[in-house]
Amino acid sequence: MPHDATPSPGPILSVSQLRKHYGKTAAVDGVSFSVATHEILGLLGPNGAGKTTTINMILGVLEPTSGMIAIDGCDLARRRRQALSRTNFAAVYAPLPGNLTVAQNLRVFGMLYAIPALGERIEAVLAEFDLLRFRNTKCGVLSSGEQTRVALAKALLNQPRLLLLDEPTASLDPSIAREIRAAIREFAARGHAGVLWTSHNMIEVSEVCHRVLFLSHGRILLEGDPRALPGEHRRQSLEDLFVAVAREPLTIRSAEAD
Amino acid sequence: MSFRRVAALLLRQFYLLRGSPARVVPLFAWVAIDIVLWGFITRYLNSVSQARFNFVPAMLGAVLLWDFMARVMQGITTAFLEDVWSRNFLNLFASPLSVSEYLGGLVLSSIASSLIGLAVMVGLATLVFGLSFLVYGALLAAFLLVLFLFGISLGIFGSALVLRFGPAAEWFIWPIPAFISPLACVFYPLSVLPHWMQWLARLIPPSYVFEGMRGVLEHHAHSLGPLALGSALALLYLILMARAFTGVYRHAVRTGLIARYSAETVS
Repeated sequence: MPHDATPSPGPILSVSQLRKHYGKTAAVDGVSFSVATHEILGLLGPNGAGKTTTINMILGVLEPTSGMIAIDGCDLARRRRQALSRTNFAAVYAPLPGNLTVAQNLRVFGMLYAIPALGERIEAVLAEFDLLRFRNTKCGVLSSGEQTRVALAKALLNQPRLLLLDEPTASLDPSIAREIRAAIREFAARGHAGVLWTSHNMIEVSEVCHRVLFLSHGRILLEGDPRALPGEHRRQSLEDLFVAVAREPLTIRSAEAD
Repeated sequence: MSFRRVAALLLRQFYLLRGSPARVVPLFAWVAIDIVLWGFITRYLNSVSQARFNFVPAMLGAVLLWDFMARVMQGITTAFLEDVWSRNFLNLFASPLSVSEYLGGLVLSSIASSLIGLAVMVGLATLVFGLSFLVYGALLAAFLLVLFLFGISLGIFGSALVLRFGPAAEWFIWPIPAFISPLACVFYPLSVLPHWMQWLARLIPPSYVFEGMRGVLEHHAHSLGPLALGSALALLYLILMARAFTGVYRHAVRTGLIARYSAETVS
């Protein structure tokens, strides 16, 4: 559990009527959802659907045009520091600096997140992600799978209440990916935390996520249990449903309205 | 402001320096070459002027002070560019780090790196070329303060340019000291400039430093008024540049530039 915060009784993440417009183009258009304690929520959708835009707004690196984001009860717009100290993320497009070693990166980011007993915490995440032998290796020379594990180690360093993962297993082999999924599931189950997960691997999403949101053109098109949703929409699998959402979002929306 | 977060950025810079001689050598190599070059030039000028004027404190001292200011500026910009080169903005600004803490970290990194350059320059200038800082008296501290503040301002200005216009704008940064040097009156008095340029020079804080330095050397004049004005100007620029950087950062958050700084370069 993060060191500096008392658990709030409400959802870990609450997003209300979130919008991001670039001129007349709506990248995210009135999205509302929440992530509960222990929940892993999948954010799905084709490229350009608004997933990364939504994640960037939750991370505070993109200002919404309108709407509200609250992390563990903290309004991100008003209490940015408190909200972000309870959050962390890993994304394939945000590797840690390659010119620092694994241990140096973890120490620097540990200080940024003001983690107490930092040395012990670094040892714990190094062991958890099988990185002890890479402690003094520069991140830039690690394989992409090892770099992903380092990014995940950094993401769990502050034991966040809200963990954002943007395609965390995209560059991992099936064996490591399975271990990572197990580690994230355990993290969500044991702590006072929730996870927002994006992935294009529908088998993985079915296995890991308690609930999914399908985004298309910046709007939530479908929401539900990833194991039940395909049947509810007369599709064989979650992947078939994903393809249908990507190709025929209007059809899906009409069916949903009926 | 959290000192621990500011210290994290300083630690990052220390790790980078410790692990890379290519980063350590430029901290003192170019300024050392400058001091050696100008040291011999001033020796030659002293010999041809037949001791009517001592060029060592006037020219070598001016070079040393000017290089100090440039090193302070570069200390800020190189620390900032490390984040550009390693595509680190998304990781940094998605953490609890604030803009003021980030700038504080850049300033601390610059103090550490510019002190190394200053120590090497002072060592060479005094031991090899006989420059005595006693001739400037207590005003030396004021000279260094004005140049430090203005160097920080220039560094923040350069960083804001790169944040606003992208990594390619890095090439705007390096010529900044050369661009303003004619107006800083490093080697000549302000009075030799055309009238309109004198007005511009009065807006540049280092011009007060170098005018003050020549005043001390030529007339033993320890006038504090102009230096106080130079200090106030340097402080004003520092506040303006910090606000400009904050404004550029907010623009980058509004437009998504901070996130794309990382994502676009990877895809």
